[in-house]
Amino acid sequence: MSVWVVCEHRNGALREVTYELLAHGAALCMGAVTAVILAGPGEGEALAALINGKAERTLLVEDPSMSAFNGTAQALALASLAEGAQEPPKAILGAHSAAGMDWAPTLAGKLSCPAVTDAVALSMEGDSLTATRVVYGGKLQSKIKLGGAKMVIATIRPGSLEDEPKAASVETSIEATSVSLPSELGKRFIAWVEEAAGDVDISQADILVSVGRGIQDKENIDVAEALAEALGATVSCSRPVVDMNWLPKERQVGISGKTVKPKVYIALGISGAFQHATAMKDSAMIIAVNKDPKAPIFQIAHYGIVGDLFKVAPALTAAVRAAKG
Amino acid sequence: MKIAVFVKHVPDVAEADLEVAADGRTLKGAGLPFEMNEWDRFALEEAVLIKDEVGGDLTAFLIGDEAAEESLRRCLAVGADRAVRLWDEALSGANPFEIAAAMRGAVGDDNYDLILCGAQSSDYGYGMGGPLLAEALGINSVALVNKMKVEGSKVLVTRELEGGWGEEVEVNLPAVISIQTGINEPRYVSILGIKKARKKPIDVLDGAGVDLSSEGGKLVVESLQAPPLGEGAEFLEGSPEEVAERCLALLKEAGGVL
Ligand SMILES: Cc1cc2nc3c(=O)[nH]c(=O)nc-3n(C[C@H](O)[C@H](O)[C@H](O)COP(=O)(O)OP(=O)(O)OC[C@H]3O[C@@H](n4cnc5c(N)ncnc54)[C@H](O)[C@@H]3O)c2cc1C
Ligand SMILES: Nc1ncnc2c1ncn2[C@@H]1O[C@H](COP(=O)(O)O)[C@@H](O)[C@H]1O
Repeated sequence: MSVWVVCEHRNGALREVTYELLAHGAALCMGAVTAVILAGPGEGEALAALINGKAERTLLVEDPSMSAFNGTAQALALASLAEGAQEPPKAILGAHSAAGMDWAPTLAGKLSCPAVTDAVALSMEGDSLTATRVVYGGKLQSKIKLGGAKMVIATIRPGSLEDEPKAASVETSIEATSVSLPSELGKRFIAWVEEAAGDVDISQADILVSVGRGIQDKENIDVAEALAEALGATVSCSRPVVDMNWLPKERQVGISGKTVKPKVYIALGISGAFQHATAMKDSAMIIAVNKDPKAPIFQIAHYGIVGDLFKVAPALTAAVRAAKG
Repeated sequence: MKIAVFVKHVPDVAEADLEVAADGRTLKGAGLPFEMNEWDRFALEEAVLIKDEVGGDLTAFLIGDEAAEESLRRCLAVGADRAVRLWDEALSGANPFEIAAAMRGAVGDDNYDLILCGAQSSDYGYGMGGPLLAEALGINSVALVNKMKVEGSKVLVTRELEGGWGEEVEVNLPAVISIQTGINEPRYVSILGIKKARKKPIDVLDGAGVDLSSEGGKLVVESLQAPPLGEGAEFLEGSPEEVAERCLALLKEAGGVL
């Protein structure tokens, strides 16, 4: 059985998740992973060298349409490779990332095959792929079975691999190939856009007082600011707080914000969605305040307080002030 | 310009205690508050802003039963010209491929220039509705858009990437754009506004004609259950003042920051 792993890269470097994908793939097919690299002209060889030993074989396509990410080009290329392969892949794996959220469902549409996105675990039983997904904001888990299909697609949540990425250590053969894509894709890359740097770098703070949607209103940010001031901490937040313009983007913790690793992270009214948790779970001490005892944040926090942040945070502010005199 | 937006009615689970139904595969929805999917609120606002800017008409679509109509009324209240709901009992518990087939069915032969979806739904988070609909219609799609501007027969979008980066992409219309939160500030809708929208009609389509027999039908939800619990937090109990004292001690000793 053959499993293909779609390598993710940006600006000439492989993204970390690619190694996780190779390990997930190797576990599914006992080592016979094919790494697929879609890259711009002249970019492929250096990328292929980075995965040498981690896959049985590399399929390398260099095409001008791949110089920057284009989900349509990528889906068309993968569809043509998969359909034309001597031994078509049983499963095509990719990352549940900004890129994977674009090309993977599109590829499923083009190949008319079932796909599961954002899986945290995969297993193959006989002819069926079973995927575990985390749903309802992290409160439940669902098992999905893709059975009886010739080919399936799965995207994997970055950071979901429990052990260190392990993959076969063999000499990887490289097979350069080409695909013919329509000259007009209807979609054109224009430019990279980088977030303007703000005044505050939350990734440098020793203590973060972080607020989530539970703070309910812009005015209530005061509650967090008072605690932060008493502690000598910096205020950070989850995404909805930025979406609602209650705090500037530079304060956002998460995959689309900043990764932080302070000595102390105090989460006030944050549920602990993976896009947030993955970027703060390595903090040395995490204290979470949430009125829902089943909030997923309590799975990664060291200390939990089930209660109303509007009671707990001011009490803590008062205690810190009193202690500091 | 003919604009469409797809909205889903989902349970609000942030503070709820969730129970799995007797089938072991679905959520007991009874008693839970429902609302418009968070991503779709941003898609709806964007659709209204674009309609106001370039002119045209806006149709809101929803695949769901009658109870889900509240989200369509919200669409009518903020500026949709027409609302369409498609449903068939066969769609209950439908997987994302079956939902996409229903979305395709609801669009029918009408050619929309621009279709907006949410980047994902907050309950199952597949993120497949937009791209699968685009493939079914044979048109372009772009996922995870946090900025967009219509320019004639094209739309200039920014796709959100990880870590504060984005990429600007030009897309030919017609296209399906999947919207990320934060792209705009969804306007406030009063209960009164939604009540007023009750007078506007909602077209109800029978989903019986939707072909659910695709390969995607091979995606089956086998089980829904509580996740395995890790070690979890040590809970601090007591009055806010007692808890605050414990916290203070922890910050000093283990945290080493005071
Ligand atoms: C592609 C993509 C990228 C994303 N990037 C990020 C990112 O970078 N960062 C990020 O944070 N999210 C990101 N998200 C969003 C993420 O999925 C969640 O929607 C978000 O993290 C939820 O934020 P929250 O915990 O503040 O809100 P909610 O999930 O709504 O949780 C609010 C919590 O507050 C609690 N609460 C309410 N009132 C009180 C009270 N009075 N006292 C105590 N507790 C209370 C509730 O019980 C609940 O647990 C991204 C999503 C996608 C799809
Ligand atoms: N039942 C539905 N009714 C209308 N639109 C939907 C429905 N389900 C999904 N969608 C659309 O598809 C998007 C992605 O949903 P999903 O694939 O479920 O994550 C949503 O944000 C909606 O725009």
